[in-house]
Amino acid sequence: MTRSTQVQSEPSVPSGTLTEIVTQFRRSRRALGEEWTRRIAVTRMLSVLTEEEVSIESIELVDNYIDVLETSSVESMQLYARNLSRRIVPRRVDTPELLGIVLVLRDVLARGLLDLAEGDAVRLRTMLSVFEPVANRIATTVAEGSVQEHERLIRLQQDSIRQLSTPVLQVRDRLLIHPIIGVVDGDRARQITEQLLASIRAHRATVVVMDLTGVPSVDAAVANHLVQTVEAARLLGASMIVTGLSPDLSRTLVTIGVDLSSLHAVGDLQGGIEEAEAILGLRVVRISSASGAAPAAESP
Amino acid sequence: MPVDLRIPIRTDADIVRARQEGRALASEIPFTSSDLTVIASAISELARNIYSYAGQGEIEVRLVERNGRRGIQVVARDEGPGILDTALALEDGYSTAGRLGLGLPGVRRLFDEFELKSEAGVGTEVLMHKWAR
Amino acid sequence: MRVPIMKQRDVLIASIQDSLTDADLLALRDRVVEQVTRFRSRGVILDVTGLDVIDSFAAHTLSMTAQMIRLRGAQTVIVGIQPDVAIAMVQLGLTLLGIHTALDLEAGLEYLNTVAKRSRPNAR
Repeated sequence: MTRSTQVQSEPSVPSGTLTEIVTQFRRSRRALGEEWTRRIAVTRMLSVLTEEEVSIESIELVDNYIDVLETSSVESMQLYARNLSRRIVPRRVDTPELLGIVLVLRDVLARGLLDLAEGDAVRLRTMLSVFEPVANRIATTVAEGSVQEHERLIRLQQDSIRQLSTPVLQVRDRLLIHPIIGVVDGDRARQITEQLLASIRAHRATVVVMDLTGVPSVDAAVANHLVQTVEAARLLGASMIVTGLSPDLSRTLVTIGVDLSSLHAVGDLQGGIEEAEAILGLRVVRISSASGAAPAAESP
Repeated sequence: MPVDLRIPIRTDADIVRARQEGRALASEIPFTSSDLTVIASAISELARNIYSYAGQGEIEVRLVERNGRRGIQVVARDEGPGILDTALALEDGYSTAGRLGLGLPGVRRLFDEFELKSEAGVGTEVLMHKWAR
Repeated sequence: MRVPIMKQRDVLIASIQDSLTDADLLALRDRVVEQVTRFRSRGVILDVTGLDVIDSFAAHTLSMTAQMIRLRGAQTVIVGIQPDVAIAMVQLGLTLLGIHTALDLEAGLEYLNTVAKRSRPNAR
């Protein structure tokens, strides 16, 4: 018979072959796991894991692989790929390496089939025709799953960086500190403005210190946006103090020719907070001036 | 291109109507809430220019798509006296004597694209685009 | 649309609940200034929470109102400008310079009380 009929006959391979393979793999799972571990060690893959971790991982990997082989369903493959990625990707294993360890397992199992066939070439061919398509789909699914997991991690990290880099801290009643760290582009500038105005409302703040010590440089559009943010905050009833303007930032601000009269700048964050407290403190003194207290004593 | 919204401007109540209906139309695509207020403000300024300087005219609003981005197109049109010097009208601080400025430099800042065509004695047309982020 | 103006001791509070036409804004200006004169108010709070948009005409009219009130010897505070409205205003170059602003009615009243105590140091 020609090859083509063989391929066509694949789906009609007696289901007994798969059951036989799965049963045999289950029986020799420890040996298969050890062989996989040995090969992984030789190829220096998974070097981020300890020997013990690799050994535990091998049992898990082999058992799950056999389960997927048994059901051969897309869902079980995706689940396998996702679990594998979630466990291993956070350990800084990249997609080629993850795919590599699954391919090594495929090879170990294929050699197991060789033993099972006991030199019967026809039997071996039948078993391989059942095993190979499933093994290849598992490999593809694992690669996809790994890429997806990496993308998911990157998204999570971006979100947390974004949140970490633009915190709004309430230091005391009516006073917010807004340290900005990292590069500010147009989109982030807009996000900062919206977040700041929302915080002013939520905390009923009357003074905001925006610290730009961690901002290396900005372009003219962002500098302009900064001035607009100060003005928008004032429309909501809050005064803004800007601190940590580097010589570069200062130059950009004066070069773009915007009206800087609304910009209340203080050299560093500490000075800014003192200035803010003076603004808030003055108000406190006015209300209780009958008691004759000094501003410093009145500061909360 | 079909017009999604056309509002004749004849009274000061039409100014409010134009900006409210324009905003409602813009809210059909993913603009942020501050973008929607910006769009309403720009429509308000343009409608007021028509009302104050030309007496009457119209505002057209369309939802548009270009290179996979969705956005809004606003056209303000009148057959009023026109603007003699359009470049001057787009400079900050410009105003005709004794009156409020045209607000055009500000409106230009609110939209991504801005085009002003005007001819003395014929009329004025402002064409603007703003794209959703 | 007629904007309600409430009198709370020597402070007038005008609460704009909805969008106003140009004519409505001008009518509000005239009524507020007339009542400041009649009641000899020392402060006015213009609550603009309900304004969907503050464009150049609205901003100009609010400024004019505040100046007229000052000429009557009273203070004006504008309260309730929404964050989105503030963002659009600054891009239009409308900053209401020289007018005091506060977050809401409560903060506005607090400011007027502070000013009153400063100008009359013997008051409680």
